[in-house]
Formats: sequence, structure tokens, C-alpha cells
Amino acid sequence: MRLQYPGSVRIVSVPCTGKVDLIHIMRAFEKGADGVYVLGCMEGECRYESGNLRARKRVDKARDLLERIGIGGERVAMYNLSSSEAPRFVAYAREMTERIKKLGPNPIKATSKKHKAAGAGAA
Amino acid sequence: MIVAKPKPVEEVIESVSGFDRILLVGCNECVTVCEAGGRKEVGVLASALRMHFMNQGRNVQIDEVTLERQCDREYLEEIRNRIDQYGAVLSLACGVGVQFMAETYFQTPVLPGVDTCFMGVTEERGLWSERCQGCGQCVLARTGGICPVSRCAKRLFNGPCGGSTRGKCELSKDLECAWQLIIDRLTELGRLDDYEELAPIKDWSTERAGGPRRVEREDVRQ
Repeated sequence: MRLQYPGSVRIVSVPCTGKVDLIHIMRAFEKGADGVYVLGCMEGECRYESGNLRARKRVDKARDLLERIGIGGERVAMYNLSSSEAPRFVAYAREMTERIKKLGPNPIKATSKKHKAAGAGAA
Repeated sequence: MIVAKPKPVEEVIESVSGFDRILLVGCNECVTVCEAGGRKEVGVLASALRMHFMNQGRNVQIDEVTLERQCDREYLEEIRNRIDQYGAVLSLACGVGVQFMAETYFQTPVLPGVDTCFMGVTEERGLWSERCQGCGQCVLARTGGICPVSRCAKRLFNGPCGGSTRGKCELSKDLECAWQLIIDRLTELGRLDDYEELAPIKDWSTERAGGPRRVEREDVRQ
């Protein structure tokens, strides 16, 4: 199957979603990511028993924290699928891309640009 | 260990919002174990604060460091050469660490990033409960290793009160009656006779009621 998914999605592969920590999601946003979604195995089918369940908790935590600091919790999501489900992989990539397009770019990118422009003007 | 929980991020933001250069200092001891103020939590909070201020168009410098302890001078000294660069320190140590930091760096505002709760244990990950109130005169030898000062709501010393029902405290159905636990354990140990002995009146002057305390030991003092 050679399916196309949106080119704006950048994949960071990890051995298990249990490896994804809150700080990884936060740093992605700090470096300018517009959205982050974690794609894990089906719940109950983790090779390491609870990796994907831990990831979901961390995603929930990231969502809460990003909402509180004004970046927007909806920019983070967790999806589950099996490794052979390519069409679903594409569907999730499209769903997330659409959602982020509606939300617009990461707000800190706009303000840091303004900031830099103001700094350059003053210089 | 000393158990603490992170302050809500809104409260932290409000407390540091007046500063442009902030040093976020974690502690490698108790608050690391209870996942409130270790290196990981420092990283996440620093990132959150940076993004919050960036989003507001403010250029706030937030640097991170995690010390071995904040309740010993030698570790606090590690930041002496850089402390002057910062308008404030946000400490994720327990209240002890925050205060010792403030004493050590008298001219720098030191703000707490966690709420310090009690001395307790990790029952399981994400669940901590109180075990000791530092009363200064341990009675565990007589009570089967279960503390009536910290675990009985009324701090009773000679058996349960009338509020003990089916092993639970009247405060909550989730709270074990400390005296039920004590009796169960003494029974298990075959030492129920200990329960029959009246406890002497406790000297509460060694507890917090006697004012701020200190331990002075000439044998180890230099």
C-alpha cells in the first residue's frame, strides 16, 4: 500500500509510546511545533503491557498544561492503531492536520517573530 | 521522605511574573521521589513558563539547575557564582529547601514552586500518605510500629475512640483506624499485653507545640 499522508507531519519514532515523556511534548511546542500527536498500539495490546496507557496519561497531562499556559490543549492528541493499519494511520494524520489547520499556528511563533521584528527595528 | 505536590501552574506564573531572569532550582532528594520537584519537573515547568511568557510577547529568561539537596549549605553553594544574574529563584524543593535557599542568598527573592505536605511514604506510584509528624519522642516500640500521633486523627495513646467502626476512622471510610491497625499488629506479634499497659502522659514540648525546634549534638558538631 502506498498511501499519501500530509507532508506537514514529521514522524519521530520511539521504541514504544511509553518512551514519550511530558518534556518531549513540551519541547516540541517550545521549538515551534503547531501540534503533537502520539500514535500508539491498541490499548491492551502493548508489548510492554502498559506503555501506551502511560503515554495516554502523559498526553492528558500535556493537554492540561498547555491549556493552562495559553498555548491550547487541543493541539495535543493520542491515537491508537495496530501496526498493519496503514489507512487508519493516514486517517489520523489527516484528522490531526485538519484540526491544527483550524487552530492555526503555534501562538508562540507569532509572538516570537513580532518580538524579533521589534528588536531588529529598535537596533 | 518529605512529600510535596506541585503548585498549580497559574499560581507559579503569578508569583514569578514580575521578574525577567529566573533560576528554576530543583532538588534531587524527596521531591524527586514524589515527582514534584526533581530534574524532570524542573524541565517541564521551565518549558511551560518560557512558553507562557513567549506567548505574552515577553522575553523572560528561565534557566534550570537541580541540586543534590537544598537543605545543606554545601549544595546551595554550587549556585553562588551565578545567583546575582537572576532576579528571582523559583525553588521546587520542600519548604525547608526554599527557606535555606532564602537564608543563604539573602538579597535574592526565593519563591516556592511546590506545596509541602507531610513526612510520608509512597504507597504506590501517585499515592503518598503520612507516617510521621516528628513529635520528637518516638512511641513506635509500644504501638506495634504504627504511629498513633500521625495516623490517629485524635492522636490517642490508649486505644481507639468511639468513632472507630469496622476498622475505619469516623473521618472517612477510606481512612484506617490507627488503633485497629495497632491492635491487629500486636495480636499478630503475640504482644497484645503491650496494649493493656497505660501509656504515660506524653511530653508534647518536644513536638511543634513547644515552638520551633532544633537538635544539637556535641558528639558530631565541629
